[in-house]
Amino acid sequence: MLRMVGLYKTFNLGINSVCALKNINLHVKPQDFITIIGSNGAGKSTLLSVAAGVYPPDEGAIYIDGTDVTRLPEHLRASFVGRVFQDPLQGTAASMTIEENLAMAECRSKGRTLGIGVTRKKRERYRELLSLLGLGLEERLSDPVGLLSGGQRQSLTLLMASLGQPKLLLLDEHTASLDPRTAEQVLELTQTIVRKHGLTVLMVTHNLSHALTMGNRTIMLDKGEIILDICEPERGELTVDDLLGRFAQARGERLLDDRLLLAAR
Amino acid sequence: MSFNVISGSIEQGLVFAIMALGVYFSSRVLNFPDLTVDGSFPLGAAVTAALITQGWAPWMATLMALGAGLLAGASTGLLNTKLRISGMLAGILTMTGLYSVNLRVMGRSNLPLLRQPTILTRLADYIGSDLRVALIAFIVISLAVKLFLDWFLHTELGLAVRATGDNPQMIRSQGVDTDAVKVLGLSMANAMVALSGSLVAQHQGFADVGMGIGTIVTGLASVIIGEVLFRPRTVFWATTSVLFGSVVYRIAVFLALRMGFAPTDLKIVTAALVILALSAPVLQESLALPFVQGIRSLAGKREAVSTSVKDGRPL
Ligand SMILES: Nc1ncnc2c1ncn2[C@@H]1O[C@H](COP(=O)(O)OP(=O)(O)OP(=O)(O)O)[C@@H](O)[C@H]1O
Ligand SMILES: [Mg+2]
Repeated sequence: MLRMVGLYKTFNLGINSVCALKNINLHVKPQDFITIIGSNGAGKSTLLSVAAGVYPPDEGAIYIDGTDVTRLPEHLRASFVGRVFQDPLQGTAASMTIEENLAMAECRSKGRTLGIGVTRKKRERYRELLSLLGLGLEERLSDPVGLLSGGQRQSLTLLMASLGQPKLLLLDEHTASLDPRTAEQVLELTQTIVRKHGLTVLMVTHNLSHALTMGNRTIMLDKGEIILDICEPERGELTVDDLLGRFAQARGERLLDDRLLLAAR
Repeated sequence: MSFNVISGSIEQGLVFAIMALGVYFSSRVLNFPDLTVDGSFPLGAAVTAALITQGWAPWMATLMALGAGLLAGASTGLLNTKLRISGMLAGILTMTGLYSVNLRVMGRSNLPLLRQPTILTRLADYIGSDLRVALIAFIVISLAVKLFLDWFLHTELGLAVRATGDNPQMIRSQGVDTDAVKVLGLSMANAMVALSGSLVAQHQGFADVGMGIGTIVTGLASVIIGEVLFRPRTVFWATTSVLFGSVVYRIAVFLALRMGFAPTDLKIVTAALVILALSAPVLQESLALPFVQGIRSLAGKREAVSTSVKDGRPL
């Protein structure tokens, strides 16, 4: 499904260069749900951005379903990639209405015409889709998205990302800025949507227990390298403490940052 | 005031409203500070005047003006997106270049259209009377442009244009080439501006190379007046309020002249008006904050007053 071969990415070539990705090799099978962990600055977001085509890698190649998409810009890759960002403000257009945002997401896979964006038929469909969220958004189709709370916006973004059945769903700490209860709800919604459409997912999280319980495979990044890659069924026997141990072992040193430790508790 | 006086202001307001709709499109929808306008407005006038004096049919000459504006906007858009020149500077560069283009097109700095056919004289011939022809024509054309814009901004493509101004990162991840959208939007905006310039030339009976000075400020003033008066929350009402804003602006200009301002003073009056409107949130903050805070603390409320600054958008 998604294959990354020998990816390198360095920012600020020259004096303050940061090596964000170092020889990344990853083979994602259809319907894989991979959770990605690692400390701040490990390169998790960079990995997703390179997968989405925000910027090309310096070296290496990316294949989706066998097609080389390494140099394909973000907007041309969007038809098969759905994305939810860490910042709830990033995934939606605040001045536009809920239904308009959904309509824009629906155009992702089929392209844009001079047909009216939000028709009565679409509106009915959106109402149904939104009612699945159980947030009452189906009654607020013509409200600007800017009026919604962070959790509501993130749920909407998730719904938008799943429209048109993307081949690949990229989630970058999409619950990090939500309160714990809302975060749980959005994660549950994530599971529901992924199962319903059988999506292939890369999900970045700082919560180690989520990383182990969600999906079927976990990878750990450190300083731009994949230092752990574990699938079910072996993963099922792994505990959060094992994970911390594996981390220390792989690095040969204890440089777990506070955030990683805190998230483990 | 007699109806004649008022109808003169309304005529002016409506014909300039087409330009203001273009300014609304670039500044509010695309969120792009487009200064091309000061060049594309006289460009429309110049192209139309030159073609009409060469014997072209007035409606063809008007259409060509629209096309010329399209190219002017595309130039700014391409400078900005392909050559990565800042939006503001890209507009200034196009505008500066257009000054020479306009002189070339006209062959001199002022081109009269006296005793030449215009779409207004043609229309007068057609309905057999020239009573309020301009008023009727400008009502119809400005409404048509407004309704076109309303329709376009609700199409699938139009939604992408609006999102490009609102959240470019988001709409790129939804599969839109935001560079292409910017070029498209700026082209359309400047086509409207040039159309307005073309009609103004045909209305006043000449094109002048200096007629574009301050167009952007006039356009912004109309947009802002509309926003202040109507506080529009949808595209439909936003464009409606631009039409009204432009007419109100012309009436204000008329009153200012009545009060004894010289026509040459109008630019600074307009500039002052725009400064006032744009700085209102900041002024409110710095002048009224101590006062407001005093009241708030008395009332036991401490909501952030500073949010108002974020609402004030540049340009
Ligand atoms: N656009 C950029 N320009 C320069 N450096 C960047 C850029 N994006 C990321 N970096 C650098 O690359 C490294 C990896 O960043 P990345 O955002 O991928 O980390 P991350 O694993 O997502 O961290 P976090 O958990 O904090 O989100 C960091 O050192 C970061 O400073
Ligand atoms: Mg990150």
